[in-house]
Amino acid sequence: MTALVIAEHDNASLKGATLNTITAAAACGGDVHVLVAGHNAAAAAAAAAQVVGVSKVLHADSAALAHGLAENVAAQVLAVASAYSHILFPSTASGKNVAPRVAAKLDVAQLSDVTKVVSSDTFERPIYAGNAIATVQTADAVKVITVRTTAFDAAASGGSATVESIAAAADSGKSSFVGSELAKSDRPELTAAKIIVSGGRALGSSEKFNEVMTPLADKLGAAIGASRAAVDAGYAPNDLQVGQTGKIVAPELYVACGISGAIQHLAGMKDSKVIVAINKDPEAPIFSVADYGLEADLFTAVPELVKAL
Amino acid sequence: MKVLVAVKRVVDYNVKVRVKSDNTGVDIANVKMSMNPFDEIAVEEAVRLKEKGAVSEIIAVSCGVAQCQETLRTAMAIGADRAILVETDAELQPLAVAKLLKALVDKEQPGLVILGKQAIDDDCNQTGQMLAALADLPQATFASKVEIADGKAQVTREIDGGLETVAVSLPAIITTDLRLNEPRYVTLPNIMKAKKKQLDTVKPEDLGVDVAPRIKTLKVSEPAKRSAGIKVPDVATLVAKLKTEAKVI
Repeated sequence: MTALVIAEHDNASLKGATLNTITAAAACGGDVHVLVAGHNAAAAAAAAAQVVGVSKVLHADSAALAHGLAENVAAQVLAVASAYSHILFPSTASGKNVAPRVAAKLDVAQLSDVTKVVSSDTFERPIYAGNAIATVQTADAVKVITVRTTAFDAAASGGSATVESIAAAADSGKSSFVGSELAKSDRPELTAAKIIVSGGRALGSSEKFNEVMTPLADKLGAAIGASRAAVDAGYAPNDLQVGQTGKIVAPELYVACGISGAIQHLAGMKDSKVIVAINKDPEAPIFSVADYGLEADLFTAVPELVKAL
Repeated sequence: MKVLVAVKRVVDYNVKVRVKSDNTGVDIANVKMSMNPFDEIAVEEAVRLKEKGAVSEIIAVSCGVAQCQETLRTAMAIGADRAILVETDAELQPLAVAKLLKALVDKEQPGLVILGKQAIDDDCNQTGQMLAALADLPQATFASKVEIADGKAQVTREIDGGLETVAVSLPAIITTDLRLNEPRYVTLPNIMKAKKKQLDTVKPEDLGVDVAPRIKTLKVSEPAKRSAGIKVPDVATLVAKLKTEAKVI
């Protein structure tokens, strides 16, 4: 029984989500191998080889794999799939994009967003925006899984696995990468941050959003998040969205400012260790999950908080 | 070009569901059902493409119980031309739905299939990708912008950290993200017109698809409850609590 983890990387370095996925893979029992499919990604493969618990790294290098197109990455995974009992992807935009394609080609069901490995064929996963937890068992020979990264610790470094180069799958020719537009940020990555300060519609404008949230984030060394309402209103870019349809986070401290706490938002952050809510509406549902609630106008409370820190 | 749009009947997104006391599932008896929000966006996008002249016919498809007809009527009120219901009382998992849709894609030969990125009940985010794999077609998931030209779809996708644009050759599978569009409200005259549109019903057996579930649900339980918190009177108390009690700053 061997598990294969599909590494998430930007060709130069390994993304943190890969480390959480390796921990989940180890919990399935058996050896853990990592596939690094990319272009000029030797550095990412070398980094994967140093993760504790990894016994082998497969490295496929081809220009067709440079941008992680689903058609090509899925073909690459399928080329080696027969050797594995479990194939795990991080439940990130790229993992979610590729994993079901692999599962369907193998004619197996896929388990999405697994939060706990009960045994090698039984897993827990949230449904209905996290309002229920399903324990599910699969009878398929190969288990294709996406892993909710915030539910597993990151694997440490200090290992020494071998890196094996494998033949790259051919380009499908059906899709091509045109370009990307990545939000520039020197803050910690939202899904990996220890502290997140998050703003909602109450901020009122993108200027106010930046003016109020940025000093607080700077002071705490925190990542900035946003509710869907704030994103839809254009106050914050969409990659900051926390919730069922955005990012799922579980930091040590989550500060919700002017966020009412719709179930779709709670689904994205209710596993945070400590939740603070600042809201002037005493009836806001966010107060029912907050460890510390402050009933106040955020425009006065947040600057005051910055000063007090 | 024909477009196939897949729609799912789900518990309305405003409903707070409850886990059944015997832990066999979620109680959805007498709960308001609606079209999955991402699927509304999918139908809207198909209708907009038709209004731009890129699409000639829109076929809405739903798989499930007889009541899914209502969901299909809604899709036709938004602007779909006709509908197909794959009727079954069996529990349908994404792989089975993908196989049913693949059979319909083979039959109808659409130039484009649009689905929502995920259903808000099972939260799987699988069906579109699985359909793309089974039909051996390219996929563009989590779309926030779609442009059709020269036998290709140029799709802007929402990815972690920003946006990415890919070009896929048609036919292709697209799944919608929230920001693709704002679905229109259905008007009463359009609801009346939708009642007259064609709705065909087929069975999974007619399509030669085995829909038996592959994943067995052993138990459905309530998520761990957070212990009740406290309200603090002012910022100073909040900071003090975070420093000494919670020790997170």
